Amino acid sequence: MSAEKFSNPVVRWIDHRLPVFSMLDHTANDYPTPKNLNYMWNFGSLAGLSLVIMIVTGIVLAMNYTAHVDHAFESVERIMRDVNHGWLIRYIHMNAASFFFIVVYIHIFRGLYYGSYKAPRELLWILGVVIFLLMMATAFMGYVLPWGQMSFWGATVITNLFSAIPFVGESIVTFLWGGFSVDNPTLNRFFSLHYLMPFLIAGVVVLHIVALHRFGSNNPIGIDAKGPQDTISFHPYYTIKDMFGVAVFLLLLAGAVFFFPNAMGHPDNYIPANPMQTPAHIVPEWYFLPFYAILRAVPDKLGGVLLMFSAILVLFILPWLDRSPIRSARFRPVFRIFFWLLFVDCIALGYLGAKPAEGIYVVLSRVTTAWYFMHFLIILPLLSVFETTKPLPKSISEPVLSARSHNTGVGQMAPAE
Amino acid sequence: MASPKRTPASSDKDVADPKKRDFIVVATYAMAGLGVAAVGWPLINQMNPAADTLALASTEVDVSKIAEGQAITITWRGKPVFIRHRTSDEIARANAVDGSNLRDPEEDEARVQRPEMLVVLGVCTHLGCVPLGQKTSEVKGDYEGWFCPCHGSHYDTSGRIRKGPAPTNLEVPPYTFLSDTIIRIG
Repeated sequence: MSAEKFSNPVVRWIDHRLPVFSMLDHTANDYPTPKNLNYMWNFGSLAGLSLVIMIVTGIVLAMNYTAHVDHAFESVERIMRDVNHGWLIRYIHMNAASFFFIVVYIHIFRGLYYGSYKAPRELLWILGVVIFLLMMATAFMGYVLPWGQMSFWGATVITNLFSAIPFVGESIVTFLWGGFSVDNPTLNRFFSLHYLMPFLIAGVVVLHIVALHRFGSNNPIGIDAKGPQDTISFHPYYTIKDMFGVAVFLLLLAGAVFFFPNAMGHPDNYIPANPMQTPAHIVPEWYFLPFYAILRAVPDKLGGVLLMFSAILVLFILPWLDRSPIRSARFRPVFRIFFWLLFVDCIALGYLGAKPAEGIYVVLSRVTTAWYFMHFLIILPLLSVFETTKPLPKSISEPVLSARSHNTGVGQMAPAE
Repeated sequence: MASPKRTPASSDKDVADPKKRDFIVVATYAMAGLGVAAVGWPLINQMNPAADTLALASTEVDVSKIAEGQAITITWRGKPVFIRHRTSDEIARANAVDGSNLRDPEEDEARVQRPEMLVVLGVCTHLGCVPLGQKTSEVKGDYEGWFCPCHGSHYDTSGRIRKGPAPTNLEVPPYTFLSDTIIRIG
């Protein structure tokens, strides 16, 4: 860390005593990044942006929200009608939550496709799954806060999952509720935890980034950078590329907020919670649907709950299920086919989770659930042994430079202007 | 071939016309700043009084039940408003002093619409306590008006500051007599 890299004397003075500027410089400026990252690598920074948007809008919403069963619904309606720009802030919070999940799902599938979970990035991947779990808990509790019909019955159904645990299940559920049904104590603690957990997520995000920077980003080819010729500095190349992604993301988010603010919500949540009447067809938020489908696919209460949680837990051991030394699906022709089958399988699970649990939907749910677990527990370990992979290029630069000299005959890189 | 050293594109040495780049950088920061300000405004403005809070900004009171010499306290915008039905003695005392010599110079007639009905905000102009003197049992201070127990400000029968740390007279809220008995404050 040479202090001379900063021209500002105040920055130098502070950095000598508290090296925050060196850390920032190392993280977001000088950080050597593989030069061949494609747009799939934009979604990490977009997830970070989503977290910031959620925390900022959430803090100001909390200034106007009342966590009490008699006032919660009305305080949300007051935010929508009377609080200055309250409608805007709440619609941003609602829709950015969905966008957060879209971004994170793409981020996860990016990791699955390019083998980003493989050694030496196992902990990086595991921390990501932890973030995903925390996000799901946060989103679930946030959905309870408006105290509409879906809030109440979603809270009832999800907390009742824990009653499937043998012997102590009922006691755990009573403990979660702070009573004998979802009621005011439940709402109060959910609000408290909903406020806390984003900051826990932010903490794990820091660990996620520390783990990322230990070995640097994976890349579409999936081979390690061999030296400076394979990398470029994060700033300005990837800051600019990330900014472009941010612009597209914000355009889409603004489109949702201003034109389809309730498209990803459920109209029943604009009916105040009624503990005496369950809506005819309750579904969780769209981002939980695949897991909901797995839950309902099993005809046994405990089995369904276990399988649903296993669907996420299996991701924790993924680095040890897929033993193939080749990371990127570009060089794994068979894996690539199965990757896309898994992708379609997850979309199908999401679709089935939104359908009533009857007739053909139950059958399809069972097939897709079975396929989900077969992919991770049977197909990936077998592919690790039997798949014939394509030859890897010698370095990150090689395929780019050879294509360049073939096409243009120019090997010299001119600085872009 | 590409140089093995990573080229720092932010260095001005390689750039033909550094001013051009400076302009782009400044313009980018300016646009980003505008964007942040535009997004920041709703996030800050949500803390201002909401529409329903503003809608509660006026209060109507029936003053016919206040006997001479008595006072009532009502709430307007979350703050106490003192309405005192003054006796002729109290009115006389208020007019006896030359208002121009007081700390906050003001004549009594400038502070009332009808001399017998004094309407003032029950908030001490020092640091916002509620002065005593509404009930007959309470201390009214040296000038028979109100006495603030927090830091010892004395107000007279017109609600003017006469003694103590408060800088200005008790504020007179905007009000109108809708009829002989109904006052609308705000």
